[in-house]
Amino acid sequence: MDEFSANKEERVSKIDLSRITPYGDTMNDGKVQLSFTLPAPFGPEADEAAKLLMRKMGLKNPQIVFSKEMTSDFTFFVAYGESSYTLDYTSIRVPKIALEKMSMEEIDKFIEERIRRKIVVVGASTGTDAHTVGIDAIMNMKGFAGHYGLERYKNIYAHNLGSQVQNEELVAKAIELSADAILISQTVTAKNVHLKNMTSLVELLEAENLRKRVILVAGGARITHELAKELGYDAGFGPGTFAEDVASFIVHRLESMT
Amino acid sequence: MKGKLNLDERKVAEARDYAETISDGIHDFVIQHTTVSVERAVCRLLGIDGVDDYGIPMPNIVVDHLKSANLIEEGAAYVVGNALLVTGLTPQRIAEEISRGRMDLRSIDYKPHNEVFDGIDELVSKTVEKIRSNRDKRVSLIREIGEGRKPYLYVIVATGNIYEDVVQAKAAAKQGADIVAVIRSTGQSLLDYVPYGPTTEGFGGTYATQENFRIMRSALDEVGEEVGRYIRLCNYCSGLCMPEIAAMGAVERLDVMLNDALYGILFRDINMKRTIIDQYFSRVINGFAGVIINTGEDNYLTTADAYEEAHTVLASQFINERLALMAGIPEEQMGLGHAFEMDPSIENGFLYELAQAQMSREIFPKAPLKYMPPTKFMTGNIFRGYAQDTLFNVISIMTNQGIQLLGMLTEAIHTPFMSDRYLAIENARYIFNNLRDLGDEIAFKEDGIIQARASTVLKEALVLLKEIVSVGLFEALEKGIFANVRRSQHGGKGLDGVVEKGSMYRNPFIEKMLGGRQNG
Repeated sequence: MDEFSANKEERVSKIDLSRITPYGDTMNDGKVQLSFTLPAPFGPEADEAAKLLMRKMGLKNPQIVFSKEMTSDFTFFVAYGESSYTLDYTSIRVPKIALEKMSMEEIDKFIEERIRRKIVVVGASTGTDAHTVGIDAIMNMKGFAGHYGLERYKNIYAHNLGSQVQNEELVAKAIELSADAILISQTVTAKNVHLKNMTSLVELLEAENLRKRVILVAGGARITHELAKELGYDAGFGPGTFAEDVASFIVHRLESMT
Repeated sequence: MKGKLNLDERKVAEARDYAETISDGIHDFVIQHTTVSVERAVCRLLGIDGVDDYGIPMPNIVVDHLKSANLIEEGAAYVVGNALLVTGLTPQRIAEEISRGRMDLRSIDYKPHNEVFDGIDELVSKTVEKIRSNRDKRVSLIREIGEGRKPYLYVIVATGNIYEDVVQAKAAAKQGADIVAVIRSTGQSLLDYVPYGPTTEGFGGTYATQENFRIMRSALDEVGEEVGRYIRLCNYCSGLCMPEIAAMGAVERLDVMLNDALYGILFRDINMKRTIIDQYFSRVINGFAGVIINTGEDNYLTTADAYEEAHTVLASQFINERLALMAGIPEEQMGLGHAFEMDPSIENGFLYELAQAQMSREIFPKAPLKYMPPTKFMTGNIFRGYAQDTLFNVISIMTNQGIQLLGMLTEAIHTPFMSDRYLAIENARYIFNNLRDLGDEIAFKEDGIIQARASTVLKEALVLLKEIVSVGLFEALEKGIFANVRRSQHGGKGLDGVVEKGSMYRNPFIEKMLGGRQNG
């Protein structure tokens, strides 16, 4: 055995979750890669400004590996630095949806055995949002990336109302169909209009005395469970969510409601 | 010319025949009807502009008056033209009088048809000539200062503030963009009026207004002079105000317009009758103004699967081609849409994308095809995203696309940063330059994966077109043939703005723009 394989554990620092910092290729090197643009004319002064700014961000040994004039008075940088901070990972608590995730077949079976009727889900991309990517991925038959959407579930009546649906219209449809759950999607929004829109839906449901009788779920690129809860929703799903995540949540909640 | 795909030319011809039958099937309906937006566009072309004290656009005031007075079926050209003859006021003054409640078009005398249209002929010609001179000016500017090579690099700006857009657009032009599109504020397509004046606030985009068009036009002319390339300006001639936006764009020398009724029907739930009628007039204007239209087939693939539904794109391209020809748009102005949207995990996905892009090229050889970048499978992993955009650029240069909508590595994260746009342009220029003639050097294997794919898509498109022929376009849309979206003939937005034409109706602008080739 040569010396490289001997005492391996001493040669590689162990992960210390109470003091983590970014990893490039060596434990605790703190390496961070970033790119940004400064409204400053291209040149050595711009590079220097970028480095100084990185130091202010807490990055040691800033290195500008590439800089380029984008247009007059704007310079783009690719840079590396080293974080001067560490963090105690063990103290982190993230609110999560307590969820026993099931497959489509298991969910259909769960509904059949424990809820004993088909359930109704109404979904829409609401307000000014014209993007249906999110709601389609969850609801349409085809689903997304090999995960079938709710329309495919034999014990779920799924109604996808599409995009730019007004809250009033959505609530009216939910009443008409006796929805068990309402899904709303907010994909691309500007200036936080989605927050106002999401809040107004909760208010509307409360005014109709429906809020407690229906499961309300939000999804979208900028939605977290924490944010959704804060706004009065039962759950929030971010990127990387599939139909079975949402359906698992709905059926469990529905069982506990009845 | 024999292509690389060995496509069955009889099948292509058959598809065109079906598309013609489908278009003929709706054309009678189209020319027997008008809409509030068509009439507002006529008002604009007659010189009516501005807003009242409440911000309501004058064309809306006039057309609302025509509607409540049951005069709209005779058309704004006849009714306003008659008022002009009887009162001696300009159309703008007539609009102002109506807005102040000082004129009621029910209670004035009506002159015979011919007298009215003879009377406004000069006014109509003046606007038509203005549009013609804009078209000539574009041609002469391109001759003088030059233009980018195809595929044109198309970027978007979307700050919400037209003045901020100008900064971004100029930067993009300096970086190499050939076409700048000003994304509209979210939801503008559903407004049944066109906002007025320069605007500095919008959601996810900037309102399309005539003043905003003018501001951006002059900025792009300026920067075009500086960089030695004519920079084309693009906006969105879709939604409930298609013909009005077309009219404004023609007057302000826009160069490219998204212009597709099918898109509005499927993705904005605009009533199909309304928007097909609107589309006809808007395309007549765009065709005459030398504007390249972009169609929205690429969007089908953001909803439906890009591999399984490829034939719906082709079928729709055939229909859009025919509908455009009917409105006098030459092939050179047909930016038919398609997209690079397959799931990147498909084995040989690149070959299928290549087959489909080459197929569009060979079937529509003169069209400046609009090729859309990956969006659906952009994950937030910007590094892989940049690789996906690179493959997209490779296909575009290999298949000689016309308009390249640049893919942004930050797609699905935010509207583009200045640096995102720079990286996108750099990627495209690198690939286009490095692989410039690769397509000419390559032949595809006979009956190989690529040829077989193209042949399958064409066959499936033919079956679909045949099906549409049998029920008609409107009913086919009700069945959800495109993008898996179903729309009702009687539902959607804007149906109440559809009006059957009366006996006095004429649209003199259509007549002049088509050179008397078609009834208006």
